[in-house]
Amino acid sequence: MSPTPSAHLHLAVALDGTGWHPASWREPVARPRDLFTAGYWADQITEAERGLLDFVTIEDGLGPQSSRRYERDERTDQVRGRLDAVLIASRVAPLTRHIGLVPTVVATHTEPFHISKAIATLDYVSTGRAGLRVRISARPDEAAHFGRRTIRRADAPDTPDAREAISELFDEAADYVEVVRRLWDSWEDDAEIRDAATGRFIDRDKLHYIDFQGRFFSVKGPSITPRPPQGQPLVTALAHQTVPYRLVARQADIGYVTPHDADQARAIVAEIRAEQQAAGRAGEPLHVFGDLVVLLDDSEAAARARLDRLDTLAGEPYRSDTRVFTGTASQLADLLDELASGGLTGFRLRPAVTGHDLPRVTGDLVPELQRRRRFRTAYDATTLRGHLGLTRPANRYATAAA
Amino acid sequence: MSKPLKQIHLAAHFPGVNNTTVWSDPAAGSHIEFSSFAHFARTAERAKFDFLFLAEGLRLREQGGKIYDLDVVGRPDTFTVLAALAAVTDRLGLTGTINSTFNEPYEVARQFASLDHLSGGRSAWNVVTSWDAFTGENFRRGGFLPQEERYSRAKEFLATAHELFDSWHGDEILADQATGTFLRDARAGAFVHKGQHFDIQGRFNVPRSPQGRPVIFQAGDSDEGREFAAADADAIFSRYATLKEGQAFYTDVKSRLAKYGRRPEELLILPAATFVLGDTDEEAAELAREVRRQQVSGATAIKHLEFVWNRDLSAYDPEGPLPDVDPVVAEEHISRGRAQVRMYRDPVAIAREWRELAEANKWSIRDLVINTGNRQTFIGSPATVARTINEFVQADASDGFILVPHITPGGLDPFADQVVPLLQEQGVFRADYEGTTLRDHLGLAHPDAARRTGAPAERAAS
Repeated sequence: MSPTPSAHLHLAVALDGTGWHPASWREPVARPRDLFTAGYWADQITEAERGLLDFVTIEDGLGPQSSRRYERDERTDQVRGRLDAVLIASRVAPLTRHIGLVPTVVATHTEPFHISKAIATLDYVSTGRAGLRVRISARPDEAAHFGRRTIRRADAPDTPDAREAISELFDEAADYVEVVRRLWDSWEDDAEIRDAATGRFIDRDKLHYIDFQGRFFSVKGPSITPRPPQGQPLVTALAHQTVPYRLVARQADIGYVTPHDADQARAIVAEIRAEQQAAGRAGEPLHVFGDLVVLLDDSEAAARARLDRLDTLAGEPYRSDTRVFTGTASQLADLLDELASGGLTGFRLRPAVTGHDLPRVTGDLVPELQRRRRFRTAYDATTLRGHLGLTRPANRYATAAA
Repeated sequence: MSKPLKQIHLAAHFPGVNNTTVWSDPAAGSHIEFSSFAHFARTAERAKFDFLFLAEGLRLREQGGKIYDLDVVGRPDTFTVLAALAAVTDRLGLTGTINSTFNEPYEVARQFASLDHLSGGRSAWNVVTSWDAFTGENFRRGGFLPQEERYSRAKEFLATAHELFDSWHGDEILADQATGTFLRDARAGAFVHKGQHFDIQGRFNVPRSPQGRPVIFQAGDSDEGREFAAADADAIFSRYATLKEGQAFYTDVKSRLAKYGRRPEELLILPAATFVLGDTDEEAAELAREVRRQQVSGATAIKHLEFVWNRDLSAYDPEGPLPDVDPVVAEEHISRGRAQVRMYRDPVAIAREWRELAEANKWSIRDLVINTGNRQTFIGSPATVARTINEFVQADASDGFILVPHITPGGLDPFADQVVPLLQEQGVFRADYEGTTLRDHLGLAHPDAARRTGAPAERAAS
């Protein structure tokens, strides 16, 4: 189900290097040499917090960025290299107070046990502001960085074989999130008792083996980290078609989707709701956010001209999986309203140039939405779930008996 | 001329999930909340310590098939806490224990390189190994590693991680906005590793970090562990904190360095050490006895006796005599997830010895465990403790100590306030940080130092 409808939209910003346009790093505001410093990330995320945004996501991958989908590109004219997103989020957590922190994690080559405790710890470090964005890796070159499995090169991504291989990676990701979530619940909230009389630090009956056995891995549990402040930190995923919609419907609190208009948004939301019903989660709140690349300026012409300039620098027109918006904050507010009428409850904006478009989101778009009474004027919750109107979930292992 | 005074290195070990940590004390706070870690780290930095140290365990301990519930249980993720601590400290080194068995080199190398960037060059990695199927049940691979292969995997893991760190030299990022060249070289980060444990290749995606590589710690005590340290580590986290044992260990390990072409100062020996301070030595001694009784409750005494007896002793009275039954000698051990039980190689002989000790001293089970277990390393007034620490270091029992307070998070404060100033007065501990990286604090060269001082033309030509 859709979370309780609200007049307010939810807003997140997706951070990726100097921005989503491949030539973004060449803009004077871009600070490309600072990308590998804590200060750069602290500045972007505190800017997003000034705009009262719900959260930021931080992109990540287990190989160099590439302009090609399934392989390295060996290019030297774009940003290559990045820091671990979970650690960026954690490094910035003590410097912020309200904004949610949602790093990307790659399910395909990592350990659900490690990620579960890492995100739980991010939740402790940020006192309840952690989430994750789960993704798969279908790149054979990234598989070769681990050497534990072979991922065949998808020369023809639309063949049945390739589709089946991708589908399997998403099934594995669903199991992965299941393990991560069970581990978050593997300690009941009141498991730590510090009972001096009996000498027991914990009540071990309130710790639970998760005993997960799946096709891809088995994990015993319990976690080494107690249940995090939010109980269940936020799980999010980007989805473009049925297979990933199913992952969103089975396991996520937020799905990011890429409709280009309200009709597409309506169709995607309907498909996700149907999958949610099929997965037996119809009663659970699930946000569907629209993803948009944004170039914001004082006039539509200025934004358009900036995109042209960036495209010229890049040597080719920018292609995105999302709609690419160029225009003013007021025009963007109109577009968000229109898309929201298709059933979206929020948006994840991808700044084309972080140094330019992020301050425009916080400084122009947010005030515009506030004037329209479509966005908060102050944070009224202390946790990320709170910002999104999600309650703290009950522990799946807790028994009713006291 | 007398030998110049050695400078002491000091580090702070966040209290661990064992009975050294007294959770029942009214002053004891959370072991999970970030505020505890921040308090502890700020104290260490205020005292100009070299680094903070985090241990790790990847499965909750069990005894007799049940989760062990008498000690502190649970801890946060090592990397994530260290990255957050980098935000609340400026100079303090950040050392994390990370297992080489249940991780992969690409991911661990990216995490340490990221931590090193995010902390401005303060990261260190305590490389540990395990093989047990018990811990493996939490991971994709399960318990796959024969015990004899754990060091060969650890060595290859570390060598592979170094290849990944070194796959960027530090001069690849041009980020020239005018010409549009971001990378000088499309092959930045290229690596190929083919070995017994890892067969990987591709591009490492984190550029060279401030320290080049994290500082490497090793903690194993076996002959293999010592050799591993002599070949590859920058520091050893050792368990020999008494004068004689410390000197023997120090001599042994430092003598192994020459065959790897290394000088003695390139490997620091830093034993774990506990302490109890009092206004006077007598008061400290009395306090130390109280702390030992807090650390070893009756229930804990029985559980510790089970480490040796390897059987359920719950029917025994901790205030009564030792069991007259003999230990069970078996492959399966009653305690799981605990390294220390492997120390009892001949349990029947130990049991005999302990019975004799208990009888001679009229000790109950609890008395015996209190008296045979680890007593605190340094007990006394601040002046006594400062003097003893300095004597140990100057006598080459160590190069310093990794202090393990028994109270979280405030247990380090009295040491910082009362002992450190005395060491500073004696001129054997820094009054302030001189450098910004952990390598600076430890007096270790940057891995590129040789290349940097070498002929630059050679580099440009290559």
